[in-house]
Amino acid sequence: MKPPPFDYYNPTSVGEALTHLAEHGYDAKALAGGQSLIPMLNFRLAQPAVLVDLNRIADLSFIRETDDGGLHLGAMTRHYQVENDPLVAEKAPLIAEAMPQIATTQIRSRGTFGGSIAHADPSAELVAISVALDAEFHLRSQSGIRKFKAEDFFLGMFTTQLDPEELLVEITLPPLPARTGWALQEIARRPHDFALVGVAALVTLNELGHIQESRIVLFSVGDGPVMALKARALLQGQSPSPELFRAAAETASMEDVDPTSDIHASASYRRQLVRVLTRQALERSVERAHARVK
Amino acid sequence: MSEITGVNVYPQEKKMSGLYQLSITVNDTEFQREVDPRLLLSDFLRHELGLTGTHIGCEHGVCGACTVLFDGLPVRSCLMFAVQADGHQVQTVEGLGTVDDLHVIQQAFHDAHGLQCGFCTPGILMTLVPFLEKNPRPSEDQIRHAISGNICRCTGYQHIVDAVKLAAENMNQ
Repeated sequence: MKPPPFDYYNPTSVGEALTHLAEHGYDAKALAGGQSLIPMLNFRLAQPAVLVDLNRIADLSFIRETDDGGLHLGAMTRHYQVENDPLVAEKAPLIAEAMPQIATTQIRSRGTFGGSIAHADPSAELVAISVALDAEFHLRSQSGIRKFKAEDFFLGMFTTQLDPEELLVEITLPPLPARTGWALQEIARRPHDFALVGVAALVTLNELGHIQESRIVLFSVGDGPVMALKARALLQGQSPSPELFRAAAETASMEDVDPTSDIHASASYRRQLVRVLTRQALERSVERAHARVK
Repeated sequence: MSEITGVNVYPQEKKMSGLYQLSITVNDTEFQREVDPRLLLSDFLRHELGLTGTHIGCEHGVCGACTVLFDGLPVRSCLMFAVQADGHQVQTVEGLGTVDDLHVIQQAFHDAHGLQCGFCTPGILMTLVPFLEKNPRPSEDQIRHAISGNICRCTGYQHIVDAVKLAAENMNQ
């Protein structure tokens, strides 16, 4: 259980890091908080020839308000920083609420927001949340910046749009629309462990109190975050009610996901969790959306 | 070699398989060592500095036995490279108390039978130091969440929770 040998660089600027990544291409791996990559090295599931350590790049760690009232997060901002930041609590309450559930205290001391996104674990809360919140990711390379919406960024299990010579440098979150509520519901064998199934939801009501938009993102049910599009279509324009939530949750569990069985849970149990958690997430989101109208 | 300050001292072309000079403060003592970049912080503490109080359980960030304080925050030392601690402060269980003068949390673990084999104890103690500083009157629920990153296979956790309550009480006196 020891990491394989690698060549190590610890640049202090993004430019320097990009130079190393450009030089080494597929042989190099960027090291953020290391809370997923280092276990993979210890297991020798990953054996990169070169590690480019980002931990000395101060420019990548920040939390700022955007001009339109959203948030900019530097990719190397650590979980505990996000967890304890008043601006995040105000602008992105879904993230603030999720943070204490994400892994353990020790992991949150080191793990980074951008690291979790770039790693693209299908059971990661921040991956699903960033899709629900319609986040945008900024990828930098020596040839410039590419920007992706979260829903276009994740391609599959541990797979994203990131090219080997690119670095995720920033995450931008749009401001929460008016009359919007949120929820994160998840079930794990042990608190802070990987979710068996989870749901991140964002629901916006219109002036009549009908559902104007619902972004329901399921995680741990496939190769990546799954937008419950059929459930969303069913909810569109409807007046919230327990029956409606039940119907949407049923649709999400039967039509939007196709979970697989593994040693942790059977496919049918996962479907059942999707059914229950989606309903709970919708109830909670709508309740909060109402509270924010008052 | 002259003063080392967090930068690789080797010229670029020798960087490839080179050792790194590192200067680290552990339990208020500064150490300078040359390390291979792949050396884990946990192994560095045990093998280079002889601080074997930091235990190694799973080596993939699940068991929490190797928890130390890194710049005051609890981290898993098996999920960091020693070279990353260059210029930083680390606190291990050895910095907590001595056999004759136990730290108040250690004393509470002794008094409330918060350990059996003791393998997980150093990691739990180091997790609790910042937790009790931040939460001087923790609820049982908070305590259980706080130690949820530390696996104990002996106690069933009940006596550990009791020990944390006792430690909090004693610290508040």
